[in-house]
Amino acid sequence: MHPQEEKKLLEESIEKITAIAKGFNLDFYDMYFEICPADIIYSFGAYGMPTRFSHWSFGKAYHKMKTQYDYNLSRIYEMVINSDPCYAFLLEGNSLVQNKMVIAHVLGHCDFFKNNYYFSRTSRKMVESMAVAADRIRGYEFKYGRDKVETFLDSVISLQENVDPQRHIAAGESINPQTLDKNHGGRQHTCSGGQYCKGGGCSNQGGYHDHEKTQARPTPYDDLWDLDKHECEHKCDKEDQPKKFPEQPEKDMLLFMMEHARDLKDWQRDIISIIREEMLYFWPQMQTKIMNEGWATYWHIRIMRELDLTEDEALEFAKTHAGVIQTSKFRINPYYLGLKIFEDIEKRWDNPTEEEKRKYGRKGGEGKHKIFEVRATENDISFIRNYLTEELVEELDLYLYKKVGYDWKVVDKDWEKVRDGLVKNLYNCGLPYIVVEDGDFGRRGELYLKHVYEGTDLDVYYLERTLPHVYKVWGRGVHLETVVDGKRVVFSYNGEKPGKKFI
Amino acid sequence: MSGRYTVSREDWSLHRKGEIDRDRHREKVREAIKKNLADVVSEESIILSDGRKVVKVPIRSLEEYHFRFDTGKRKHAGQGEGGTKEGDLLGSEQKKAGPGKGPGAGDEPGVDYYEAEITIEELAQLIFEDLGLPNLQQKKKPELASESFEFKEVRKQGISSNIDRKRTILEAIKRNAMKGRKGFNEISKDDLRFKTWDVTYKYESNAVVLAMMDTSGSMGPYEKYIARSFFFWMVRFLRTKYQNVQIVFLAHHVEAKETTEEEFFTKGASGGTRCSSVYKLALEIIEKRFSPQDYNIYAFHFSDGDNLTSDNEKCVKYVNELLKVCNLVGYGEIEGPYYHTSTLRAAFKKINDPKFTCIGIKDKSDVYPALKTFFNPNPATTA
Repeated sequence: MHPQEEKKLLEESIEKITAIAKGFNLDFYDMYFEICPADIIYSFGAYGMPTRFSHWSFGKAYHKMKTQYDYNLSRIYEMVINSDPCYAFLLEGNSLVQNKMVIAHVLGHCDFFKNNYYFSRTSRKMVESMAVAADRIRGYEFKYGRDKVETFLDSVISLQENVDPQRHIAAGESINPQTLDKNHGGRQHTCSGGQYCKGGGCSNQGGYHDHEKTQARPTPYDDLWDLDKHECEHKCDKEDQPKKFPEQPEKDMLLFMMEHARDLKDWQRDIISIIREEMLYFWPQMQTKIMNEGWATYWHIRIMRELDLTEDEALEFAKTHAGVIQTSKFRINPYYLGLKIFEDIEKRWDNPTEEEKRKYGRKGGEGKHKIFEVRATENDISFIRNYLTEELVEELDLYLYKKVGYDWKVVDKDWEKVRDGLVKNLYNCGLPYIVVEDGDFGRRGELYLKHVYEGTDLDVYYLERTLPHVYKVWGRGVHLETVVDGKRVVFSYNGEKPGKKFI
Repeated sequence: MSGRYTVSREDWSLHRKGEIDRDRHREKVREAIKKNLADVVSEESIILSDGRKVVKVPIRSLEEYHFRFDTGKRKHAGQGEGGTKEGDLLGSEQKKAGPGKGPGAGDEPGVDYYEAEITIEELAQLIFEDLGLPNLQQKKKPELASESFEFKEVRKQGISSNIDRKRTILEAIKRNAMKGRKGFNEISKDDLRFKTWDVTYKYESNAVVLAMMDTSGSMGPYEKYIARSFFFWMVRFLRTKYQNVQIVFLAHHVEAKETTEEEFFTKGASGGTRCSSVYKLALEIIEKRFSPQDYNIYAFHFSDGDNLTSDNEKCVKYVNELLKVCNLVGYGEIEGPYYHTSTLRAAFKKINDPKFTCIGIKDKSDVYPALKTFFNPNPATTA
């Protein structure tokens, strides 16, 4: 088909699909669709964003994805970006039906980006911000040499997950006069980190302040703040004790290092800040993967149903859709699980049982209303914890498995255990929770990190090879406390050799 | 108001970022391989690759390390097709399976190694970058030259099957243009151009490798494997320099005999060692089959050095004779864990000829340095 003609057909479909989506009360930004060749889509997929800075690790990811595509092992149909207007890239060579499904799917994502609470702080101008950041990094390469910048990027990228997406909640403590002074510094840091101020994200600042104000209203939970106060007073009594640094364990390792590592150059701090900002931008996508995909899938089905499809088209849609929701015995398919939970919620709120009516006052017929509420307020953890029911676990045949010797074996089938296991793996996006415990360890300016152990050991091989990256950024000796095989261990690296000590 | 849309289709041909970073990654892979050549050279999967074009080289230095959980100690969630029970087996890892060998390994969690794929040619290029033929001139024997034809010239006359269409048409257009006529009109006889050939001589260069190995009782599979790795790369290297490379396998213990390649590497013999026997046989074979005038001769001998002491003097004598006819004579002594009482290598110290090289190999990673020593383009710089 002639490209021009193809575009016209596509525009007609978008017109229709958009109208249907609006009829379903989906609320999305202006859409910018772009048809791209496969290698471009795959490079966007590898970078997470078309304008992102250059690094070999993206080249590696791109190579892997591209190879899989070339061998017909996997296919990305689209790529959508959380921005306003919302950018969506369609794969050149998608059939018209595939594109229809993809467009419907993308509108679901965009509605989610726009309305889910966890995205409310993300900058909607990240496409531009990342382009500007990429330019700065290119400038540093030019000025300081590619190898130097690349090695530093290597180190910061290896630590990039160690940020704190919930930092603004701690900043909210400032309503408590007792802690105002103390935390003032912390709040400023949030700003200097640039997450909200830079990158044109200022529109979010309004939300940020509103949030504080609502916090200041008296609520039945105010006594919780007092708990904190007592603890604080208790601490403050012991003035003679050396002041801790940081006062509270700091989850945002990147921020902490950016502010307190002594020997960093300005360009290095800038690189840390760039990578941190980008990670904070991507984090909500990581923490709502199941919901977001489930929501988009839920809507593409319903929108497609409204379209007049020929028999062939319906068949092709069914095939593509089946590919999307295919399950695997080794992992959870977020598209499928999310879809099933949303459908289940709708069903249960539409037709509540007698007990639910009595106990929770559900009137029935509230299914649509409820799923829109869920999509606005939950993240994957709360979504699974609140809405994955015994019946669903049974119906979907979900289980937990584990390595036993050389075998992968199913170890839990009990629904509560399965649900809790799923939640546990989603905690902190499935990454270890590591905090900065002491920024002046041994009074030698060394960095002491602590893995907040919750029953799962770290990968020691990886740990020993990541510590040198921490050292590279911090510039002095670094330590990490964790638990291995039930024993507390501190791993150290001082620039020369790794150390390991049981404590 | 939101909900508006735009569709566009841009020209993406200039968007090269993915390709550029992919190249950078590839470059890093090459760097990493280059740093590990000593290990890669004797990598079994390559030596025993049996003509496979692409080999996988594990590169741990390009993994992206970060803090993560030990997947083996973690519970993962999965979804069955109904009726899954506790204790059901989902899959198992093959014991001792190397990375990438298990079926569907990518489907299981935690399998996260990085193997670079590289063609043997590419790898060979990396390895041969630093190698050269020392002290030698390629022998170009006119007698061995074969005639060949090369189309080199364009003439106005020729046979019509050799007509050069492109040039003929160009001529026609040019001629018409000079007359002020645009475009392509008729072709006149003057426009015709013909490709014409020249007779050239192609010089064949031949090389023969005399692979000699001690197969006495003390040479185990490990020692043979080292010799094998060495010969594998040596033959490949010589093939880049010569059109024809022949290999003659000579095995010996007390007596020497010519063997097939398979026997050479697999058959174990026993008994004592008399190295002079193999040198004598080599000299005979050269005399009978490979005239030094026509062939570049490379003689390499691997042994554990545990030679009969009384035989050493004879060895030195024969090696000196070999040096007269060979481009290069090498002796590699594989120092097994038990034999440190080398006598042959000590005896060879007497030989002072730039064409003779003598080295000791302690383990697999010494194969690459050995290659570098034997094929050092500037032997003067060797320490």
